[in-house]
Amino acid sequence: MPKKMKTNYLINLVGLILLFLVLYAAFESGIFGSRTNYFMGIATTACYTIIMVTSLNLLVGILGEFSLGHAGFMSVGAYASAILTNALADTGIPDLALFLLALLIGGIAAGITGVLVGIPTLKLRGDYLAIVTVAFAEIIRVAFTNFQITGGGRTMSGIKKLSNFYWVFWVTVVCVAFMYMFIRSRFGRTVKAIREDYIAAAASGVNVTFYKVLTFTISAFFAGVAGAIYAHYITAMIPTTFNFNYSAEFLTEVIIGGTGSMTGSIIGATFLSALPEMLRSFSKYRMLGYSVVLVLIMIFRPGGIFGGWEFSLSRALSRFSPKAKAANKTGKEDE
Amino acid sequence: MSTATNDVPVLRASHLGIQFGGLKAVDDFNMEIGQSELVGLIGPNGAGKTTVFNLLTGVYQPTEGAYYLNGVKMNGKKTHQVVEAGIARTFQNIRLFKKMTVLENVKVAMNKDMNYSLPTAIFRLGSYWKEEQETDEKAMELLKIVRLEDKADYVAENLPYGEQRRLEIARALATGMKLLLLDEPAAGMNPVETSELLDIINNIRTKFGISVLLIEHDMSLVMRICERIQVIDYGETIASGTPEEIANNPRVIEAYLGKDDEE
Repeated sequence: MPKKMKTNYLINLVGLILLFLVLYAAFESGIFGSRTNYFMGIATTACYTIIMVTSLNLLVGILGEFSLGHAGFMSVGAYASAILTNALADTGIPDLALFLLALLIGGIAAGITGVLVGIPTLKLRGDYLAIVTVAFAEIIRVAFTNFQITGGGRTMSGIKKLSNFYWVFWVTVVCVAFMYMFIRSRFGRTVKAIREDYIAAAASGVNVTFYKVLTFTISAFFAGVAGAIYAHYITAMIPTTFNFNYSAEFLTEVIIGGTGSMTGSIIGATFLSALPEMLRSFSKYRMLGYSVVLVLIMIFRPGGIFGGWEFSLSRALSRFSPKAKAANKTGKEDE
Repeated sequence: MSTATNDVPVLRASHLGIQFGGLKAVDDFNMEIGQSELVGLIGPNGAGKTTVFNLLTGVYQPTEGAYYLNGVKMNGKKTHQVVEAGIARTFQNIRLFKKMTVLENVKVAMNKDMNYSLPTAIFRLGSYWKEEQETDEKAMELLKIVRLEDKADYVAENLPYGEQRRLEIARALATGMKLLLLDEPAAGMNPVETSELLDIINNIRTKFGISVLLIEHDMSLVMRICERIQVIDYGETIASGTPEEIANNPRVIEAYLGKDDEE
C-alpha cells in the first residue's frame, strides 16, 4: 500500500472517530435533555437512509440506470432479518452478534432478490428498466401483505430493538466505505464505462451483463442491510411502508445530493431525513417547503448539489497546512 | 504482395453473410488477413463495410458462413468474448467513455486481464495496489505510443477530435488484440493529423506484429498504406488486389463514379 494512501485512510478514520465522539458526547451529556432519544432516533434514521441512498446511487450514479423500487429491496432485508431474529430471540445469542447476523441475512436475502430481478431485466434500459423496478417493488409489497410469516396485512410487531445509534453509526461507516472501495476499483471503473457507453464497453472486452448484475446485487445487498437496521429500530412494521413513494424519496435524495457523488448522497440523506423533523412545527407548509427546495435545486443545480464532486478530509486539511498541500495535490484525486 | 504467410491466417472469413429480413446486407464475404498485414476495406456509402465490422466483432451474428481467428471459429461469440479472443475495433463515430479520464479509458480495456477479487478491492489488499500500479504503467506505455502520455489525466471528452481518435486506438490496443479493426480512423481529420495517424498505425504494426483491417474513405490514405484492398458494393465483393490493381479496376471506378456511357 502506498504510504500516502495509508496516511489518507488514517486521517479519515481519525475524522470519523472524532465525529463519533462528538455525537456520543452530545447524546450522553444530556444537553438535549428529554429530547435526547428523539434526536438519537433522527440520527439513526439518517444512518440507514444514508445506506439506502448511497446504495441507490450505485445504480443511478455509477451504473446509470434508474431504479424506482429500492424500497422493495429494503423490505426484503427488513422482513428477512426480522424473521431471523424472532426465531433466534430466546437462544441467548449476544445482542451485537445477533444484530450483525441480522444485517448479514437481510443483506444476503435482498442481494439474492437483486440477482433475481437483475437477470430478467438486463436487456432493458432506461425508462423500461425503471418501470420494471416499480413493478418489482409492488410485487414484493403485495406478497408480504399476503404471507403468513410476515404478519399478513397486519403490522409485524415485537421485533427485538437491536439498532442503537452507536452501532448503526459504525455499520453505516463500513457500508459506505465498502461501496466507496467498490467504486474506486477495477469493478467500479468497469461499471462506469458501461454507464458511459455500453457498446464501447463490450468492444473493450467488458462482460456488460455480468457487471450489471453484480452492481444490482451489491446495491440490493446494502439496501437489505439498511432494511435490517430499519426493522430493528422501528420494531413494528407493515408492508405498505415500502411503497412507491418511499422508493421515490430515495431517488430524490440521490438526485438532490448529486448522482455519482457519495458525498452528495450522504449529505442529501442526512439533510432530507432531518428536514421533515425540523419543519414539523410548520407541518401545514412542510410539503410545500420541501417541493420548493426540490424545484430550486433542479433549476439551479441540475446535477445535484454536489454534482460528481467528492469531499476529501485530507484535501480539506491540506488547505490549512502548506506542507501537506503539495503532497496531497495529486494523491486524493484517485483515491 | 501476397496474402499467404506461414500457415493459418489471422483472420479468415468464408462465405460470411447476414440478412436483415429480405435484405442481404452482406453476402458471400471472403477475406484472409495474414500476420501483421494491413488490409483496406473500401466501398461506396451503404456498401456494408461497417456491417462487416459488426459481424467480425459479434455485434451481429452471421446468418451464413463463418469466420475464424487464427483458425478458431468465432461464430456465436458475444462481443466481449470476441475481444477476449483477440479482435478489437474502433468506431466510425468515436465512442469513448467521455466522462472518464484518458488513463481510465485505457484501463477499462485492461480489466479483463486484471485478476484481483472483489474482497481484495474492498479491503485494499496487496494485490490490489500491485495490479493497479502495473496496469497504470502498461496503460501509460500505450498512451505513449499514441502520444497522449502527457494528457493521461484529462477527461476524455475534453480532448480535441484527432486525439480522441488516437485514444480510441490506445483503448483497442489495451485489449491485447491480434487483429485491429479501424472504422474510418481518419474521418474528420486534417492532413497533419492524418499523417500522424499513419505513423501511429505503422508503429503499432511493427511494434506488436498485429494485423489491421481498415475501413476508410480517404483514398489517398488507403492507397498509401494498405498492402491489399478489398472493395465491396451492395454487400458483395467486387474487387480485391493491390492498390494499383484496385485503382485501375473498371468495376471499382464504376461503383464509385457510375458507368461511363461513352466508353
